Amino acid sequence: MNQQVPHLNIDHVTMQFDTPTGPFTALDNVNLKIDKGEFVSLIGHSGCGKSTVLNIVAGLYRATKGGIILDGKEVNEPGPERAVVFQNHSLLPWLTAYENVELAVQQVFKGKKSKKEMKEWIEYNLELVHMSHALHKKPDEISGGMKQRVGIARALAMEPTVLLMDEPFGALDALTRSHLQDSLMEIQRDLKNTVIMITHDVDEAVLLSDRIVMMTNGPEATVGEILNVDLERPRHRLELANDVEYNRYRAEVLRFLHDRHAKPDVPNSKVA
Amino acid sequence: MMSVVSKLENIGMFAPWVRIIKGENRREQVNVLLRAIGIPFFAFIVFLGLWDASAKSVVTSLGQVPGPAQVMEQAQGLWQEYKDEQVKEAKFYERQEKRNAKKLAKSPDAKIKWREYRGRPTYIDQIFTSLVTVFTGFFIAVFIAVPLGIMTGLSKTLNSAMNPIIQIFKPVSPLAWLPIVTMVVSAVYVSADPMFEKSFITSAITVTLCCMWPTLINTSVGVSSISPDLLNVSKVLRLNWATKIRKVVIPSSIPMIFTGMRLSLGVGWMVLIAAEMLAQNPGLGKFVWDEFQNGSSNSLGRIMVAVLTIGLIGFLLDWIMLTLQRKFSWDKSAAR
Repeated sequence: MNQQVPHLNIDHVTMQFDTPTGPFTALDNVNLKIDKGEFVSLIGHSGCGKSTVLNIVAGLYRATKGGIILDGKEVNEPGPERAVVFQNHSLLPWLTAYENVELAVQQVFKGKKSKKEMKEWIEYNLELVHMSHALHKKPDEISGGMKQRVGIARALAMEPTVLLMDEPFGALDALTRSHLQDSLMEIQRDLKNTVIMITHDVDEAVLLSDRIVMMTNGPEATVGEILNVDLERPRHRLELANDVEYNRYRAEVLRFLHDRHAKPDVPNSKVA
Repeated sequence: MMSVVSKLENIGMFAPWVRIIKGENRREQVNVLLRAIGIPFFAFIVFLGLWDASAKSVVTSLGQVPGPAQVMEQAQGLWQEYKDEQVKEAKFYERQEKRNAKKLAKSPDAKIKWREYRGRPTYIDQIFTSLVTVFTGFFIAVFIAVPLGIMTGLSKTLNSAMNPIIQIFKPVSPLAWLPIVTMVVSAVYVSADPMFEKSFITSAITVTLCCMWPTLINTSVGVSSISPDLLNVSKVLRLNWATKIRKVVIPSSIPMIFTGMRLSLGVGWMVLIAAEMLAQNPGLGKFVWDEFQNGSSNSLGRIMVAVLTIGLIGFLLDWIMLTLQRKFSWDKSAAR
């Protein structure tokens, strides 16, 4: 890590939720500094607060203590410069793929792009995710993987400073997932976005990330270990399958997850 | 021509006929037709038989309860009255025109008067009045209930504020509202040259008061059950309030709004008849009441015609709303 002001700083974030049985501390003192163009995965067991971290960065939640600093400014509300790809695509079901992206583009580039430029920009982004053939299909008429592609196109079209992905491929079958991972790597190679991605999938984390942030089990979850993945890009899943380094990283993450599961930090019955 | 046929085939009602004509597995299509038309037809015949048999055994002070045949006769009678009235009206205007033409021929400056024909409202006029009244009441209800429902759906505070009011007023019968509405309309709607009859306003407002609740409740539920993900999308996009309502909230709750409107129109039509009876609005309700008061040997038959008309129109209104719902709703599974 460099010593300058970080691009994105998750600074001593603590999150408490009020529940009928008293306050519930989901996150305790989470610290993470992310560089521009870096691809960071958050991995951890269900209920460890990964999504909470993402929602705080997105501005959908406000941290109880600490905060998010993006390019020197504190983040305290949602905004298109931190576009989110939601787990279940969250496309508006009454709009076509094109119109879904259009809604975002019109909102972000109102007065900055002409009608023609907007149209080109929408089509360019749908092209990026290989959806040009189904511009005018509604979400009901396309597969889960395609919906997620449109969701990614919508997020990319906002030209975000940070792209936030909440288990973007979690609900997809293995083959579709690997296709989308390849697409995402391709896009990342060209656009060099800063990305924070939540995942459950160890292979996905190692394949896509520059750094993997492993979170301890909740409640009071925090950053457990951070693993730098120094694999050369472009990465190819088939070549990496027998790569010693790749498998070492993989084993490292698995070991962390397994240890945490076998010996949870805090004994609890609430979080599975 | 071909395209017309293939279009007809897409309309459920016509599909089997088209296929039979085309010669596609005829036996199956005949079976489909039997199930779709034959069984309801048979059931209807059985119903008419039972009605005929039981009507004969009841004798009232106005004579025997009319069976299907007598009712049919009365329906034809009402239609004939309408026809006769039309002829009278045409003659009236013809005479008036001749008279005025004569006057003008005598002296070009003569003042001529055009009078409107004021005959007895026929059964068809009464149906028309009822429809206008119910739609007036219904549109006022929708106009109030949809925006209010959107607001209560969006705000938990407003929702808990409105909930008791809705629950209390929802079950109130039109008969209870009517005296109050009548008095209020009499007091407020004062004008030398009223555009609408008081009875019309009273009936329409009573319909509004009774039929706004389903739309209000369904809109509110529809809005409050918008997926939180979609609301998050609108937050991330920083949509302003109006855009959020227009682009996310309303489209998302359109299926529920239509369900509510469909229920509302059904309630409105049912309530209207009672309201017209009491308010003396010259529609179907007044027709039934007048026939009852009239007490001639034809009265029961004519009331029965009104009952069937009310039923058929209610059915038709529901079908129209369902068709609209299917047309405007993105969620095709909701309108079934």
